[in-house]
Amino acid sequence: MSNSEKYLKVFVDTLEIRSEEAEGLKYNSIANWDSVGHMNLVAALEDAFDIMMDTDDIIDFSSFEKGKEILASNYSIEF
Amino acid sequence: MKLLEKKVCLVTGTSRGIGGEIVKRFAQEGAVVYANARKEGSIDESSKHWEDAYGTSVVPVYFDVTDENGAKQAIMKIKKEQGRLDVLVNNAGIMKDSVIGMISSELMKEVFSANVFSVISLIQLANKLMGRQKSGSIINLSSIVGVEGSAGQLVYSASKGAVAAITKAAAKELAINNIRVNAIAPGMIDTDLFRSIGEENIERNLKQIKMGRLGSTTDVANAAVFLASDLSSYITGQILGVDGEASV
Repeated sequence: MSNSEKYLKVFVDTLEIRSEEAEGLKYNSIANWDSVGHMNLVAALEDAFDIMMDTDDIIDFSSFEKGKEILASNYSIEF
Repeated sequence: MKLLEKKVCLVTGTSRGIGGEIVKRFAQEGAVVYANARKEGSIDESSKHWEDAYGTSVVPVYFDVTDENGAKQAIMKIKKEQGRLDVLVNNAGIMKDSVIGMISSELMKEVFSANVFSVISLIQLANKLMGRQKSGSIINLSSIVGVEGSAGQLVYSASKGAVAAITKAAAKELAINNIRVNAIAPGMIDTDLFRSIGEENIERNLKQIKMGRLGSTTDVANAAVFLASDLSSYITGQILGVDGEASV
């Protein structure tokens, strides 16, 4: 599974969305991506990519695209 | 059965005094202990000693608790090696006294960085593992002066009062994941640091303790063992005084 597929799967599984709903998805735009969902999403990403995200990155993680950008720039995850 | 058999514990500030005794008691009770200190190599010998004495694992982890990245590396190491964290003891802290009118902003920042901000950071980091496993016990070291206040110790008292508030707030937020958060508020404990105030002052302080003796580091460590163990499985959000009924 590529990193992009892995990243998408985390969103789909954690937020209980369809894969085509992930692009453009923003924090707090759906009920499941509230603050609790956000922490679950972070935990699932940390497990999937074997990383531990910094608090500042967790706060900045505001959308599907932004999360990808953070993982690529701060955690050397290649997409 | 030992009280902490196979529980994975991180204890900060263990190079001496209360922290050192907590490591010893935890090891004695069968815990796998990650013992933190600032100075590289400073607790290698004692860790090895407790490891051999009690047949468990005592692993030194060196970082300054005010360095969030160092703390994060330690939590990652524990995750990698053990896959879980059962107990966090936020013991590291500093005591710097200054009377009102002479309290500098540097002193305020230094004390709050070590005694308050580091506790919040470590709770956040520990919760990454404890939240997933849906269990854990966090023990913060407050102080009798954080509850009662102490003349000449405004900043230190405020920082330890903040630790009590952090404990109660975190307990409310983390209870849903079966993570307990409690604090110990030691009174006058017989440590090198306490002894440095001199015999005359010690005698004066003894008069303020109804039980008529200073507390020992073991008295405090025993309270930590209780809060870390499953004996306290329904206790959270509490500030446990270990002070022999002292007044300040």
